[in-house]
Amino acid sequence: MASREIKIGGLGGQGVIMAGMIIGRAASLHDDKYATLIQAFGPEARGAACNAQVLIDDTPILYPYVRSPEFLVTLSQDAFRLFSPELRDGGVLLFDEDMVDPAGLRPGLRKFGVPATRFAESLGRKQVLNLIVVGFFTAITGLISEAAARKAVAETVPPSTLALNTRAFEMGLAHGRQLLSERGGF
Amino acid sequence: MSASVSDKGLLSGRLFIDGDHACAEGAIAAGCRFAAGYPITPSTEIVERLALRFPLVGGTFIQMEDELAASITAIGAAWGGTKSLCVTSGPGFSLMMENLGYAAMTETPIVFVDVQRGGPSTGLPTLPAQADMMQVRWGSHGDFRVIALCPSSPQECFDMTIEAFRLAERYRTPVVLMMDEVVGHMTERVVIPPPEEISQEPRRITRRPPEDFRLFEPRDDLVPDMCPLGKGYNIHVTGLTHDERGYPVLNVASQDSLIRRLKDKLLCNAGDIVRWEARDLEDAEIAVLSYGITSRIAQRAVEMARAEGLCAGSFRLLTAWPFPEEAVRALAGKVKAIVVPELNLGQMVIEAERAAAGRCAVVSVDHAGGAVHSPEVILDAMRAAAGRR
Amino acid sequence: MSSQCENPVKKFLRTDRMPSIWCPGCGIGTSVNCFVRALMDSGMDPSGMAIVSGIGCTGRVAGYLNLDSFHTTHGRALPFATGLKLANPELNVVVYSGDGDLTAIGGNHFIHAARRNMDLLCICVNNLTYGMTGGQVTPTTPTPAIASTTPYGAYEPTFNLPHLAASSGASFVARWTVFHVRQLTRTIEEALGRKGFRFIEIISPCPTLFLRRNRLGDSVDEMRFYRDNSEIRNQCDTRETEIAYRGKIVVGKFVDRTRPTWREAHAARHTEALGARFIQWVGPEDDLRAPDEGMA
Repeated sequence: MASREIKIGGLGGQGVIMAGMIIGRAASLHDDKYATLIQAFGPEARGAACNAQVLIDDTPILYPYVRSPEFLVTLSQDAFRLFSPELRDGGVLLFDEDMVDPAGLRPGLRKFGVPATRFAESLGRKQVLNLIVVGFFTAITGLISEAAARKAVAETVPPSTLALNTRAFEMGLAHGRQLLSERGGF
Repeated sequence: MSASVSDKGLLSGRLFIDGDHACAEGAIAAGCRFAAGYPITPSTEIVERLALRFPLVGGTFIQMEDELAASITAIGAAWGGTKSLCVTSGPGFSLMMENLGYAAMTETPIVFVDVQRGGPSTGLPTLPAQADMMQVRWGSHGDFRVIALCPSSPQECFDMTIEAFRLAERYRTPVVLMMDEVVGHMTERVVIPPPEEISQEPRRITRRPPEDFRLFEPRDDLVPDMCPLGKGYNIHVTGLTHDERGYPVLNVASQDSLIRRLKDKLLCNAGDIVRWEARDLEDAEIAVLSYGITSRIAQRAVEMARAEGLCAGSFRLLTAWPFPEEAVRALAGKVKAIVVPELNLGQMVIEAERAAAGRCAVVSVDHAGGAVHSPEVILDAMRAAAGRR
Repeated sequence: MSSQCENPVKKFLRTDRMPSIWCPGCGIGTSVNCFVRALMDSGMDPSGMAIVSGIGCTGRVAGYLNLDSFHTTHGRALPFATGLKLANPELNVVVYSGDGDLTAIGGNHFIHAARRNMDLLCICVNNLTYGMTGGQVTPTTPTPAIASTTPYGAYEPTFNLPHLAASSGASFVARWTVFHVRQLTRTIEEALGRKGFRFIEIISPCPTLFLRRNRLGDSVDEMRFYRDNSEIRNQCDTRETEIAYRGKIVVGKFVDRTRPTWREAHAARHTEALGARFIQWVGPEDDLRAPDEGMA
């Protein structure tokens, strides 16, 4: 069976790598699947483009890179422009609708938006944007279980921010579920 | 939580960490309590984790002024009585060649880590290669030998770091963990057993009193014992050719006996040192010989080949040096071709060709580095070697 | 020979390695004699001492002293000693090497060991040349001395070693010539009792390659030169200790101060940051398991 391929793109400082870390940790430590996370290393600075690649599989992962993502999460217009052509046919785009205008996405691809930046601002901390995205990802893709995601969140974020980050995760999760029910499922 | 910390600060359980961090935890689990380094991508995370963790487990990390210093400082610490680690990547490894040779000549138990990146020179700091494979074998001057191991996952970075310390102590030799940028920076599940289940190789400390002890007198396994410092043994250690007392003796006879023993102590103990992994080779027409990150891509290619009816199998080097010469020779007698993908323009393939000695075709699938192979490229080479298309 | 007339220094030497490689008139042996006498005078247990050398004529000192001794790679005595000391903090670690080894190929390590105030005694026998390789120019060869690689005379500015050590952070800095055997012995003994990076420069003749090539006579002449041209100036500002060709040699103890050693600074910082969670390395355990008898 081929690995499920996920790519998360955004700007340095948006917590892209941590989002990938939580998803990978949930799958590999709590859902008992195999997961590989590769972060794009480069001359990154805050505000520069960055991405995380996550593979999830029921059997050991051999090829470690995402070649053609089934799920693409974009948190910046740049990331959308750069990575959306890589989406495979039948793939799914998840995006922060406050930051990304998905105009020009190839026909036949599904897309789901979440007002992640606005949600984060409503919680008083822009830094929790990535947790909103993880919650949203959990609801939409079903690739990781909610229970596993919650455990991974608790293991990943600084303990002093756990309550706030959990609320952010839950906002994203709820939004994703509502969207799915409105559209009659995935 | 998936992982727990013992009262001595030792981690165990299930972690989601990258190969660099796993290597650092492997060193701690092996009982290493000294590390010296100099910042260099993509190995820096190893020393960063040790700088963070060592103060909690009673270890010492020092960042030195360069890799010449880092390597000899780690060797000094090994003689001082700790298991000692020295971490770098290609450009730093080039500087360390001087002291890798010194460690081999003085039979110092020490572990080096080279997280390989594209080269030569500064090359590709953040992208992978496997192009230091011959450097580790031949890079220091003179006729020296080391042990080199090749992990292909964060879990193996942990396991093989412990194995590297076992071999270093057991055979009083430098052991080099040949990681690469992908393995170093990829994050996967790493399972760390409870501390009591991890065996720490003890140092070979003599039971003889100082007057009966010689620091370079081999035992039956060709490996000499060590002794504690500061106890009146008054040892002498030198990079010059020396006798069993360690005294310089600069003549043909002592050169011959010392250098041959240093070679033989690894080759005669190869049964305990050399490891490889054979998969699907029983009926194989084509074998893929690979190591490190490339072995995972090669395994994918093998599965693709099997899916289209091409009988292929995989021979994975866990130990690159000493090279599993006899096993590869035997393999060459059974298959039509050995395909050797690696992230360099043809290094271990030379050794495979030498071992195969004409018994089968040996095909290089080279790559200048910066990424891993496409499995399709390896598959194409396998098809061609099998005479398909 | 009866034990009554045996030289007390002898038991500190590996007499089975004699004669040494040093030329007649070389000052290194004199410096070793002073070192051993200082060690005896200090009352320290010699078995708790390790000696580390680099490469060169002075680099061979480690091989002649009957202590735990390490003859390392060229220039690397100080970083080797750094690892040895940090792994085994109970050891008294002495680095004994030459001017070329410590200040040219090992120059970077020298300033950093001083900066860190690594707890090492560093003795530099400065004979103004590379002896073992045939008399090449070093960072201390004064202008315009002849060396084999400056056949028309040296022209590069030199390092003033006491100043280099002091300004890099050494806690103890002194210089004597091998003519000043009593003062040198006393200074080494004093330095053995201090902590941190202690640097002693010993000006010493190389009769074979430096004196002869520059037509300066033999070592006896050079002793007279040291006697007549040395100026004892304890606590002297190290900016004033430069050595010009055939010029005066300022000698004495220049620096003696207390700074935290690397290990003390490391412990203080981590104790402040981590409190009781900080575990300091104290040295290897004594109960290291011996190999099985069956392997013997």
